[in-house]
Amino acid sequence: MTRILAANPRPAIPATRAVYVAALNRSATLDALGEALTRDPYRAPPRAPVIHLKPANTWSGAGDPIPCPREVAALRMGGTLGLVIGRTASRVSEANALDHVGGWLVANDVSVPYESHYRPAIRQRCRDGFCPIGAVAPVAALGNPDLAEVVIRVNGQVRGRADGSGLVRGAARLLADISAFITFEPGDVLLLGEPHEAPVASPGDLVRITVEGVGSIENLVQWEALMTG
Amino acid sequence: MKRGRVLFDGAEYAVTEAEGGLRLPDGRILGESAATWLPPVTPRTTFAVGLNYADHAKELAFKPPTEPLVFLKGPNTFTGHRGRVARPADVTFMHYECELAVVIGRTARRVKQADALGCVAGYTVANDYAFRDYLENYYRPNLRVKSRDRATPLGPWLVDAADVPDPMNLALRTTVNGKETQTGSTRDMIFGVAWLIEYLSGFMTLSPGDVILTGTPVGLADTRPGDAVITEVEGVGRLSSTIVAEEA
Repeated sequence: MTRILAANPRPAIPATRAVYVAALNRSATLDALGEALTRDPYRAPPRAPVIHLKPANTWSGAGDPIPCPREVAALRMGGTLGLVIGRTASRVSEANALDHVGGWLVANDVSVPYESHYRPAIRQRCRDGFCPIGAVAPVAALGNPDLAEVVIRVNGQVRGRADGSGLVRGAARLLADISAFITFEPGDVLLLGEPHEAPVASPGDLVRITVEGVGSIENLVQWEALMTG
Repeated sequence: MKRGRVLFDGAEYAVTEAEGGLRLPDGRILGESAATWLPPVTPRTTFAVGLNYADHAKELAFKPPTEPLVFLKGPNTFTGHRGRVARPADVTFMHYECELAVVIGRTARRVKQADALGCVAGYTVANDYAFRDYLENYYRPNLRVKSRDRATPLGPWLVDAADVPDPMNLALRTTVNGKETQTGSTRDMIFGVAWLIEYLSGFMTLSPGDVILTGTPVGLADTRPGDAVITEVEGVGRLSSTIVAEEA
C-alpha cells in the first residue's frame, strides 16, 4: 500500500517541543570504544552527557512505517525508554529530578548505521519518521526507571535487550546534569538511550519495542520510495 | 515588511517597523527600548551550520568542509533583541557569531537549488553564541556549547523574503561596546542558502517555522559581563544583546 508520510506525522505526545536523546549512554558502548576515546578525534572520554535532538520531522507514532532510504540496506533500531516532562525542570538536583517527570514512554531512536561520533549525525538520525514514540504511561507505571528493561523484537525474535543497569547516567542523573544548561518544559521528551549494538532491521521487517509496564510500539520498516511516491 | 513580536504593558503584540522604533497594531509608535522583544518567530527545528565561511574555518584551524557541518539547537536557547545572555563563572572564552538566519515558509522536500529560495518566508539575524570551554569531541559542537538556555538572540525583525532580493550579498558586522570586531559578507559562504535548502530537504522534510542559521565569518572575540554586542546583517536587522554574569 502506498502511503504518504505527512510532514507532521501524528504527534504521539501533545505539546511536545523537543525530543532530547542521551547518546553514548551505555557503559558497554564506551567500553567497546576503549582506547579510541583517548585518541583523535575524541582525545578524551565524554565528561558532560552527550545529547542528540530528534527534530519534529522524525516524530511518528506506534504503527507508522519507518522509511528506509534506497541507498541503505538496514537501519538501526534504537529502542529506548523515554520520559516526558510534567513540570518545568531547570537546574534540578538528582534527588528531586524525577518529581519533574510526567510519564514514561517507549520510543525508537532510528538511525542509519555509522561509526564516527565526532560530528552531529543529522543525516543518519534526523530523517523523516526516524523517531516512533508510543503512548505516555503514568509516572506510577515504573517504580524505578533504571531497572526497566527494553526489549527489541524483529519479526517476533528478540534481537536486543537492555536494562538500566548498563546506563552511564540514569534518568535522574541525566535530568540533573542536562537541566544545568537546558530548561525542560512540560511536554519535552528525554530518551535515555539505545542499547549497546542495537539491532538492525530492513524493509519488510516488523519491529516491536517493549518496556514492561510502559507499553510497546510496533513499526514496519518500508522503502522510503514506496511511502513518498 | 519587517515584523516583530514584543511584550508591552503586560500583553504580547505583533509589531512592524516604524521610523525610529516599532508600530503597534493600533498605530501607536514606540521606541525600540519601550518594549520587551521576543524572537520574531518561534523556531520549529533549528539547524545551524558550522565552519561555513572559509576564513572562519581557517581561524579555528579547520580545513573548509566538503559537506556542511550541520547541528541542531533546542527551543530553550532563544531570546529576543536586547536580551541578556548569561556567562557562567567557569567560562574563559565565550564568543558571539553574527549569522543570517533563514526562516522556512513552506514545506520543502527534495527541493532543487533553483526553487529553494521560493520556500523561504524571510530572514532575520541570529547571534549564535558559543561557550568554548564546554566543547567536547562528541557530536561536536555539542549542545552544552551551542544550545544553552536563552543564549541565542534572534531578531529583531522577520524581514519578508521579497524584501531581500539577494541573500547571498549581504554585509555582516559585529560590534562589541561600539568597536567593530567582525565583518564579512554572505557572498563568502561555502554553502549558500539555496544549496543548504537543497541539501537538508534531500533527506528530511523542512516545514514552515524551521530556521537555518547559516554560519559566521572570521572575527571571534571573548565577551564578558557588561559587554554590549550588536550583530548586524545588511538590510535585515541590527540585533543587540548584553552579557551578564550567570547567577549561581
